[in-house]
Amino acid sequence: MFVLAELKDTVRIAPDQFNLQLVDAVRDEIDRKLANKVLLNVGLCIALKEIVSLQDSIILPGDGASHTEVLFRYIVFRPMVGTVMTGKIRNCSREGVHVTMGFFDDILIPHAALQHPSRFDEAEQAWVWEYPLEDGAKHDLFMDVGEPIKFRVSREIFEETSPVGPPKTDAQSTQGPSTSTAAATAAQETKTPYKIIGAINESGLGVLSWWDQQGKEDYQDDEDNAEYDNDEDGEGACEE
Amino acid sequence: METVNATYSYLTNMEVMQVLQKIKSTKKKFGLRNLATVTYEALQYLEESPCKTQTREGIISYVKDLANYRLKSHEVLQMVNDPPTSPLHTQLLIDDNKSPLTDEENEKIIQLTYKHFYGVEPTPQPAQAQPQSAAKESKRAEQKQSQPPAAPQTEGQAEPEKEKPDEANK
Repeated sequence: MFVLAELKDTVRIAPDQFNLQLVDAVRDEIDRKLANKVLLNVGLCIALKEIVSLQDSIILPGDGASHTEVLFRYIVFRPMVGTVMTGKIRNCSREGVHVTMGFFDDILIPHAALQHPSRFDEAEQAWVWEYPLEDGAKHDLFMDVGEPIKFRVSREIFEETSPVGPPKTDAQSTQGPSTSTAAATAAQETKTPYKIIGAINESGLGVLSWWDQQGKEDYQDDEDNAEYDNDEDGEGACEE
Repeated sequence: METVNATYSYLTNMEVMQVLQKIKSTKKKFGLRNLATVTYEALQYLEESPCKTQTREGIISYVKDLANYRLKSHEVLQMVNDPPTSPLHTQLLIDDNKSPLTDEENEKIIQLTYKHFYGVEPTPQPAQAQPQSAAKESKRAEQKQSQPPAAPQTEGQAEPEKEKPDEANK
């Protein structure tokens, strides 16, 4: 799920930080710039792992700060296509199921990649897997908000977005690069810089509680599923 | 900013968790809110995942034991991050189109999970009653006791897990 990316950048240390050790000042500057931001074709940057090398620090005319070229390795979230991951269902919409990992929100499982057959329940605003039992009857398995769900990464989409301005207040979320906030703002059309498309159309994938009994597909003698049988109002799989 | 190598190396979830825990325990700087946010959220995720109870040595010995099964390195990485606890789970992680895993091999792989990770939870459900203490070694006793009330697993796997911990002791 996580990758180490080697990056090079020129870091500017302002004079008021000259009292710090260069390594520490550089580390803070890099984290300030990169943490929780998406780098195009690299992934969501999490934290600095190590500094590999520092070139000489130079001072440019007109600017009192020092500039240092740094080669460093950064922890980046970028699951390989084909990886199986576990996340939580954020919400369901007509286009599919939105999954979140907590630190990364833009994961979509399009309706075509859900277990077959599935239908969208308008009243519940939830996708339902109509599991066909042997005797021809159907067993409705709801995908409710907050359920842990296992899915496979089928695609990753990087999009170029314009830079985000300085953060105004706490309440006003920054759009664009910082992905732990919601992507859509009503006023402007925002593009999500890094999107993951997932799929759950395989045995073993989907809401975890569906496969609890070690992969047995027939739930006949399973008490857990008594909850689903009378699950008219979609209270869903509360295991606890 | 120049990307020298976007995928210099892969990291296990456990390594990332350790780095983030170290960051969390050190200073809290102003202006590093983004780092604090993502560290906190990522740690929340990682501490609910199987990697919370893993140790460096445990992973190394697990990987060594898996060497017999001719697995690709990305499959091994996935198995370390999410150790399989059922045949279905194993089949998800391992691409066995070319040479399908026999049931016996599948069982053995699942036993390895229990042997090295000392009875990791059968399914990573969030609010399970397992008291996950941070101690790396010697929590086998707690795991053994809290296993029975957890979600029912196949009988064949619950027992060997109880016998294994002592012989797997380093």
